[in-house]
Amino acid sequence: MVDTTFVRTQMIEPEQAPGASVGAVRWARENLFSNWLNSVLTLLSLFAVYWLIAHIGPWFRHAVWNAGSLQECRSIIQATWGEGATGACFAVIRERWKQYLFGFYPADLYWRPTLTFFLMLAALAPLLFSGLPRRTMWFSVAFPGVAYWLLWGGSIFVPLGIYAGFVIAYVVHGAISARRPGPLASVAAVVALLIWWLYLVGPVAGVLSGTGIGTLTPVQSNQFGGFTLSLVIGVTGIAFSLPLGVLLALGRRSDMFFVKTICVGFIEFIRGVPLITLLLVASFLLNIFLPPGTNFDIILRVIIMVTLFSAAYMAETIRGGLAALPRGQYEAADALGLDYWKSMRLIIMPQALKISIPGIVNNFIGLFKDTTLVAIIALLDPLGLTTAIRADSNWNGIIWELYGFVALIFFLFCYSMSQYSQYLERKLQTGH
Amino acid sequence: MTEAAREDLKPVNPATLKVSDEIAIEIARMNKWFGQFHVLRDINLTVNRGERIVVCGPSGSGKSTLIRCINRLEEHQKGLIKVDGIELTSDLKNIDKIRSEVGMVFQHFNLFPHLTILENCTLAPIWVRKTPKKEAEEVAMHFLRKVKIPEQAAKYPGQLSGGQQQRVAIARSLCMKPKIMLFDEPTSALDPEMIKEVLDTMIELAQEGMTMICVTHEMGFAQAVANRVIFMDKGQIVEQNEPREFFNNPKSERTKLFLSQILGH
Repeated sequence: MVDTTFVRTQMIEPEQAPGASVGAVRWARENLFSNWLNSVLTLLSLFAVYWLIAHIGPWFRHAVWNAGSLQECRSIIQATWGEGATGACFAVIRERWKQYLFGFYPADLYWRPTLTFFLMLAALAPLLFSGLPRRTMWFSVAFPGVAYWLLWGGSIFVPLGIYAGFVIAYVVHGAISARRPGPLASVAAVVALLIWWLYLVGPVAGVLSGTGIGTLTPVQSNQFGGFTLSLVIGVTGIAFSLPLGVLLALGRRSDMFFVKTICVGFIEFIRGVPLITLLLVASFLLNIFLPPGTNFDIILRVIIMVTLFSAAYMAETIRGGLAALPRGQYEAADALGLDYWKSMRLIIMPQALKISIPGIVNNFIGLFKDTTLVAIIALLDPLGLTTAIRADSNWNGIIWELYGFVALIFFLFCYSMSQYSQYLERKLQTGH
Repeated sequence: MTEAAREDLKPVNPATLKVSDEIAIEIARMNKWFGQFHVLRDINLTVNRGERIVVCGPSGSGKSTLIRCINRLEEHQKGLIKVDGIELTSDLKNIDKIRSEVGMVFQHFNLFPHLTILENCTLAPIWVRKTPKKEAEEVAMHFLRKVKIPEQAAKYPGQLSGGQQQRVAIARSLCMKPKIMLFDEPTSALDPEMIKEVLDTMIELAQEGMTMICVTHEMGFAQAVANRVIFMDKGQIVEQNEPREFFNNPKSERTKLFLSQILGH
């Protein structure tokens, strides 16, 4: 007879996992040598790694840092390491690294882009890490103006005047909405802003800069180059393409026919055109359409094109995040009485953006690397500079050291973005 | 449906709960279509302040759509809906006004997963009612204590059980101090063990005189607190009666069949 009746009298307390399931040896056995095929593959991989190091190692070990030309490099290597030895000629980096960082920026003003770079880090910190006091955000708002003033020089009253536009718009909005609430106030604010920016900033700043206060030596856009140029285009593009992408994504999902049509048209058109085409348009064609005599800064034109291009992709990435949210989230926000913009800002976007983080960072990294395409329109970004340096008879024939150096710097920036995005994803994880 | 959950419910005598003569919701000759599908047909319903109404019916009968029309999560095409004296039209201001006066609890809770429990509860009071943050937090803690989970305030919804999440959802609605509460199958997504804790919360709310419309199949709840049960089928109100009569002496054949199906096992 089988007794199937069973009543537990005591519950079993949880115990610790057996100690053997941790440790390096166990890890290696499980991951590297779990069966004969894995063991063979592990040994083959180890050999491949050894072979690579054995061949690349000497190239680095023989590297020369002090020389005036590639010929000199070669003769030093032959003299030290014997006939037929090869090695890296990092002397070129040593000679040209400033150019790589600053392009043809006047040498006595190198402190300005350098300072801007560190100020940028300070301005980014409160945006990237939530632990800092909210008040530091003020510097993040002021940074674009400071950066413009430091990089291009000229009178501080130009960026100040542009900022003043926002104050004026705010005052106009406040004054009108106090008397007549409604959309009229917003329209008037925008009109006031445009009038101020288009017609008044120039003369006012001109008069004020006559005082000579806060004037830095002006630097022309064609003197920009190297990583300064890449960062200016990349960071500005990144900063503007995200909000623009959010608006486009919302517009594309809008019920309003015209808003939706414009957004869809914009996204599809920009996505359908290569970035190089847009850059060539910015460089050559735009001048034809603009009134003669207007000098529309080339870097500004490039930034606008890169931003528009990236925003179209960004919009689709974010639309993916919006589509992934359950309908219940929209309904719960509606049911609480939140209006459209509040529910987007407080409920929908924080979640949609979190879902889209990998895609957004993908776009950021893509945009940053695409800044090298400006070499095609004769701007001296790191790749454009490399071509110029290789044309120098002293360094003619050098390839690996230069492109390797550029690749390394790009890798550092892109890898930090990737690491940051993973940190952010972990931080925003609110499940179990 | 669990028998256990029904029998454990705190006994309330629905007759002792007072109903005022004031009208909270008025629905007249209301019709709604999804495309060509006529989902709500000629609905007439008046709800007085303090009434507790349970809406039941087979799936696809339009009961959820009906209460979703009351705060315009769904738009009706014909007829009139007046909530708290305001008529629902396409005027966005009225819609937001009504939505802030009408609380809604969903089948799948729909808590905001990126906010803590406390933030879920304070968000709407702060941004819609412009309540100062500190005051909103005090109110939120008051209602979280009421639904018996104040200790979870700092956690995220993903860390709570289904029953706890639904109680937070109720607290979140209450923080807006709504005049009317709508419940859309609040216990259908819950494990049997958790149904009771949510129903207890709802019963407590009923005792305080909240106007409630509840779509549910918890007939025990209906018997315990409802002063009217509405049976819907094919987009129409087929029968409505006070609970005792409704369950013991259903008039229409359709109602009898439905009741025998849900109470039969």
